Amino acid sequence: MSDPSLVRFTKTHEWVRPEGAGEAVIGISDHAQAQLGDVIFLELPSAGAHLTAGQRFGAVESVKAASDLYSPVSGEVVEVNQAAVSAPEVVNQDAQGAGWLLRVRLEGEIPTGLLDPQAYDAFAESDSH
Amino acid sequence: MSEREVPLGALHRRLGARMVPFAGYQMPLQYSSIRDEHQAVRERAGLFDVSHMGEVRVGGPGAQAYLQRLVTNDVGKLAVGQALYTVMCREDGGIVDDLLVYRDPDDYMCVVNAARHDDDLEWMGRQLPPSGVELEDQSDQTCLLALQGPLSLQILAPLADGADLGAISYYHHQPGRVLGVPVRLSRTGYTGEDGFELYCDREAAEGLFQGILDHGRSHGLLPAGLGARDTLRLEAGFRLYGQDITLEREPISAGLGWVVKLDKGEFVGREALVRAKAEPQLSFIGLRLLGRGIPRPHQAILAAGQPIGEVTSGSYGFSVGAGIAMGYVRPGSAPKGSEVEVALRADPAERGRAQVVALPFYRRPT
Repeated sequence: MSDPSLVRFTKTHEWVRPEGAGEAVIGISDHAQAQLGDVIFLELPSAGAHLTAGQRFGAVESVKAASDLYSPVSGEVVEVNQAAVSAPEVVNQDAQGAGWLLRVRLEGEIPTGLLDPQAYDAFAESDSH
Repeated sequence: MSEREVPLGALHRRLGARMVPFAGYQMPLQYSSIRDEHQAVRERAGLFDVSHMGEVRVGGPGAQAYLQRLVTNDVGKLAVGQALYTVMCREDGGIVDDLLVYRDPDDYMCVVNAARHDDDLEWMGRQLPPSGVELEDQSDQTCLLALQGPLSLQILAPLADGADLGAISYYHHQPGRVLGVPVRLSRTGYTGEDGFELYCDREAAEGLFQGILDHGRSHGLLPAGLGARDTLRLEAGFRLYGQDITLEREPISAGLGWVVKLDKGEFVGREALVRAKAEPQLSFIGLRLLGRGIPRPHQAILAAGQPIGEVTSGSYGFSVGAGIAMGYVRPGSAPKGSEVEVALRADPAERGRAQVVALPFYRRPT
């Protein structure tokens, strides 16, 4: 499987985790789900859609607010987490595990400018004050 | 500005609550999740700390006449042991606050919104006659716990010192003891479910909250926060002061004509409300989203592409299974059953179709 130390985060609170064979999984951070509160709807692209690093690819809507999602990587969507679409509470329960959103076939490498878990934790900490 | 700590603040934190500023207090938003707490109240029970609410005792020989002039509903019909929902208005009909009035053997108690407490006290003081009425602000020494949900009676009965809780009707109250603590037992609430509100001394509140919670756990009782309180009250169609009703709105337009008793005699705002009844300026409506999306306060409501009003409360109705909203529109512009749009985002393409529905969105099974 995957190595949690290889997870990288955006400053817009998405994560990406390389899964080998040129694929990666994308989701929102545990910090983001905690800030959003109860997730009600996920608006996600379909399999086959193209993602561009830094570009909006969907939205997550919670009881509190609607929030756009920005892709940490470029690539093609190969799988949508239908379990999360039909029961979005899994994003609250396990944002960085079972609450993943998309599996993508990477175009090139994972961008080097993303934050490693330690750097993201520090960023999230400062962001919530 | 820093917020005040409620007396049970430390307990809420121990229970894992996420605390948020609300009406000048640090209040529990949620302990587990809004969804779980909402469902617990609909299916079993939830326990809320709403001690931020204000309590004002109104006493003296002139108390009834004073209240009759202060509020729009008919206090004259209120018997000892009853409670009354009402609003108080300015001369121009603008709503100063919505409140509960309890009648006790010798006096009355008004329960007001925390965010309005200071303004209410000032307003109520200004309406006082030269003598014969005393106001006593008991907010600081009074805590309010709300046990809400279909199992409330079952959970509370064994703790209530032999009181026949089932004999307390909706919107009635009586003094009693719960877990040995003297309380006002009030069959009222803000969730659309059966339940009790318990007023007690602040020193006893933590033990009472913890004791009810410990006993109720085996019935599936959860502590519940302001997040669930908001989704529950919205489904039940209850107005929230500061959003649905304000100084700029009068109760007739707000759909609260049932608490305005124009025939009861003179009261503050009566003339303005007579005019409002003859010619309502706005209609208060309920909206159910037909697709995905959650309406939010201040979003525009449109019919045939033209703005007709604005959402004042919007959220997701967990028991309805859709985004729901309440708000004001021009009279006649959005009849029940008709379809309108809500501007969910700034982008005109992001409008959500919604149906105009009767309030409340949710009614408990009888």
